[in-house]
Amino acid sequence: MPDGQSEKTENEAMPMPPQAPTGPAFAYFDQDEEAKALGLFEILSEDSSYDPANTARFDKALSLDLYRGMLLTRLMDKQFMALQRQGVLGFYAETLGQEAAGIGSAAALSSQDWLVPALREHGAGLYRGMDFGNFVAQLFGNANDVTRGRQMPLHPSDPATRYVNMSSCIATQLPHAMGIAMGIQIAGDGSEVCMGYMGDGATSEAEFHVAMNFAGVRKAPVVMVCQNNQWAISTPGTGQTASETIAVKGLGYGIESLRADGNDILAVYEVSKYAVEKARRGDGPTFIELLTYRVSAHTSSDDPSRYRDESVTKVWRTKRDPLVRMRVFLEKNGWLSEADFEAMVTQIEAMVRKSVEKQRDVTMPPLSSLIQDVFQTPWWRLEEQLATLEAIVD
Amino acid sequence: MPTMNIIQAVNNALRIQMALEPKSIVLGEDVGKFGGVFRATSGLYDEFGEERVIDTPLAEAGIIGAAIGMAVYGMRPIPEIQFSDFIFPAFDQIVNELAKFRYRSGGQYPCPVVIRTPVGGGIRGGHYHSQSPEALFVHTPGIKVVIPSNPYDAKGLLLSCLRQDDPVLFMEPKKIYRASRGDVPENDYTVELGKAKVTREGDQVTLIAYGAMLHVIEEAAAKAAEIGISCEVIDLRTLMPFDIETITESVTKNGRAVMVHEAPQTCGYGAEICSSLYERCMAHLEAPIGRVCGFDTPFPYSLEHEYMPNAARVLGAIRKTLEW
Amino acid sequence: MSAVEVAAVQTDDDLRRVLDDDGKVISGVTVPEVSDEELHHLFDTMLMVRIVDERMMRIQRQGKLGFYMKSLGEEATHLSVFPLRQDDWIYPSYREQGAWFWRGYTIEQFLNQLFGNCKDATKGRQMPVHHSANWLNMVSISSPVGTQIPQAVGTAMGMKASGTDQVAMTFFGEGTSSTGEFHVGMNFAGVSKAPAIFVIRNNGWAISTGTEKQTAAKSFASKAIGYGMPGVRVDGNDILAVIQVANDAVARARAGEGPTLIECVTYRVEGHSSSDDPSVYRNPAEPEAWGPRDPLNRLRGYMKNKRLWTEGMEKEISDRCNDEISKYMALAEAHGAPEVESMFDDVYQDLPWHLKEQKEYLLSQARTKNPHLHN
Repeated sequence: MPDGQSEKTENEAMPMPPQAPTGPAFAYFDQDEEAKALGLFEILSEDSSYDPANTARFDKALSLDLYRGMLLTRLMDKQFMALQRQGVLGFYAETLGQEAAGIGSAAALSSQDWLVPALREHGAGLYRGMDFGNFVAQLFGNANDVTRGRQMPLHPSDPATRYVNMSSCIATQLPHAMGIAMGIQIAGDGSEVCMGYMGDGATSEAEFHVAMNFAGVRKAPVVMVCQNNQWAISTPGTGQTASETIAVKGLGYGIESLRADGNDILAVYEVSKYAVEKARRGDGPTFIELLTYRVSAHTSSDDPSRYRDESVTKVWRTKRDPLVRMRVFLEKNGWLSEADFEAMVTQIEAMVRKSVEKQRDVTMPPLSSLIQDVFQTPWWRLEEQLATLEAIVD
Repeated sequence: MPTMNIIQAVNNALRIQMALEPKSIVLGEDVGKFGGVFRATSGLYDEFGEERVIDTPLAEAGIIGAAIGMAVYGMRPIPEIQFSDFIFPAFDQIVNELAKFRYRSGGQYPCPVVIRTPVGGGIRGGHYHSQSPEALFVHTPGIKVVIPSNPYDAKGLLLSCLRQDDPVLFMEPKKIYRASRGDVPENDYTVELGKAKVTREGDQVTLIAYGAMLHVIEEAAAKAAEIGISCEVIDLRTLMPFDIETITESVTKNGRAVMVHEAPQTCGYGAEICSSLYERCMAHLEAPIGRVCGFDTPFPYSLEHEYMPNAARVLGAIRKTLEW
Repeated sequence: MSAVEVAAVQTDDDLRRVLDDDGKVISGVTVPEVSDEELHHLFDTMLMVRIVDERMMRIQRQGKLGFYMKSLGEEATHLSVFPLRQDDWIYPSYREQGAWFWRGYTIEQFLNQLFGNCKDATKGRQMPVHHSANWLNMVSISSPVGTQIPQAVGTAMGMKASGTDQVAMTFFGEGTSSTGEFHVGMNFAGVSKAPAIFVIRNNGWAISTGTEKQTAAKSFASKAIGYGMPGVRVDGNDILAVIQVANDAVARARAGEGPTLIECVTYRVEGHSSSDDPSVYRNPAEPEAWGPRDPLNRLRGYMKNKRLWTEGMEKEISDRCNDEISKYMALAEAHGAPEVESMFDDVYQDLPWHLKEQKEYLLSQARTKNPHLHN
């Protein structure tokens, strides 16, 4: 690893989150298979009202931690998007509006568990302790990047927290998540679980099908999480599938399928916890649909005004914002004052800024890195090619 | 005559053909309302309606499989694969199905499917938005492969592809999608498939490339001219079946050649060109044919500019053949 | 989601049946409209499949054919094509002989393909049982499973875009439901409401893989819910129930109501193909249990009750069929292999220069003896 270790101060700002106390039982989980897959589980309603009996699990420490994870995602997205617009970063994709889905589901994992991400789970990775400096170095693809600047921004890799490196291709990771779970089944000590993520568009891919089918047949300890943000670039949910819900697809594989309000982080956490604990007990896979909305564009290269009605987006942005919902919950419990909030914002923004300053002028990876990692040892032709290149560059 | 870039020229060709041939159907991810992620199908949805410009679910195997079925049924589908890097879920449908349908049915079912897909690096796309997999498909008997290097050819070649009955992989070099501009007639015209084009005459070294790399060898030829080296530049345009006559004639005349492509060198398309030239021009060759290619690594992100062949490397290869 | 209207009663949970194991109509069930003449044609076709299968496997064992696949016990599922018109399209897999014969594919054509001779419509390009007949709107088969599914959907989408009321039907085994092609084909059909009918021949075995290793779903038909289309489970050894369900699915598709998934529950009584030996992986008692449910026997029982079957009639069909097989088998063997230069045809519409060169090179070489043709 290059200069990655020098980021310790940032890691201290990102301690591993606390483990939650036992939660209450919910009638939702006792329904029949179809009712669960067609329903929608919710704890915090749109106006942040809730039944206190349902939130026993969420003490101050866990609640604040979940909120901080979402806030970090939102605040850093803002800064990185600005850097992309200035031309400092080549590419970026915001999580705006979906912060609860990623953070709430990953929070249900323990440190030994695996996270196989899609495009919008970097916040979840950071929540689980991925080194922030390494994450930023990857955005710049500089010499500090542990993946040696090989991929576009937002393709981080962090073996330490079992955050698996992804490709830009859609759904290719799902058979991998299922494969990890099969590995756990075959060779693990029974303590690990794997969580694989996808968007709604990915459910149309063959890889989704094969991964789900294998998981069902093998009863693998995997939790497949679909962040249904209702848009695959310009394709809406209705253009993606004729099924009533995404969750119901799980039934075709004999997999228990749950569906929750993806903008309600408490509900997301509860369904995820249920699924993770079930997998850990050896009771097989679960498919979770988290209903949310892609408030932002797909990526920095996209312009949604060309293909969708942004008045709908406005409803999700203003009335269903997951951060607002959770902040009201915290305020009602007296766990987050205005001053606490301001302090949290200031601390996060400073950390992000500091890390960007540290990474933005770091040089590119050395020329020699070009031929590393193709194979364990470069073969003769690669050595020749590097020598030719170095002769020209010198 | 209007000036167009390659995207506009492709769009223009699609518009002309769709108006002319009611059986032509565009399908793919985001090709409808959005007009494609590179806007190549922009406006087609409004003009021809959602029955003929279809936004599909996210499934390349589905897109190509459905296109095959449409073609078998007598339609003229023009599927788009958003990036050629995303073509692999459909690899089975292309290699085992599309390319073999005519052959395996004894000529009963030709599949006139023209797959359009952006190809190549140079846009900071990392592993999965930069690859040049053309050789995999050239190696697949039954499918033609075409890669234009400029707007005029893009339009004329695409119209040719759409008016013949073989399946074609029409790869559009995305690095020069907007950068390559030129005069393109508004009217209908075609550029013949299987014909290369000599874009610069010269009598010492023959430079051969296609797509975005054509501009690199042109630049190298210009630089070589400054130091008194005369290069002939050939744009292959059609990779399968390729124009053996034009390259053989040129290399026989000059006795020296350099082949350039951005795909990895080993088993790359250039290997076939070189081998074919050795078979035909051995007695006339003054030096081994040079190859300037992408390295045999996965396509990198940060070091992309080092990975891509450039004029300097081509010039180096030119000197090497002359100093042999 | 509109459910498929099926008159047949449901027994064994959601399984649709019309006939009991002896061919008697289960009480209270509406029988689909099938004329006496059609019943004769159905019986004729199913018997023909059985005889052809028997004879072909025998000559395969003698070394005259490189490969063969029988349908013993699954013949009724082939006749899901019963409600189709000649202008509808069929994308078969490799085990629907009955569908070919029903459409008008002849024993002569069938044998020429098996022998891959110079009269084979597909010019000897593929293994036996990979037929193709564009004059019947029956599309060429490939050996990788499931590839035909999105293709059938594409044809159905083309029908929809062209504004016709044609439909496309595709067949595949239950193992194929695990492929990506099944998933993408079903999903495209659901989204586009294409006039497609998906027929799963659930014969219990994908070569050596039993259904419990193929899916954890409660049935293959139940997979339809994930694509927003109805899924129906039918007794695939009950010809009348198969026809009833197919009638409804075709009517739905023609009316613009979209696709249907049909699971025909049947059983592969013998091996997967001539290359297979099921005794290695399954209990030999298992196929025996399916004996009493034989589809041909059930149709025979039904026709007997209607006084439409006689021993003499069956013998006549059987003799005619056997004679035809003998006659065309001799001819098929006598026809030589396709011309060697035909190898280069149909790669492209026109022969490119490099194939011309390769063709000339091959023709300049001494002829080699084809080790796979016995003539």
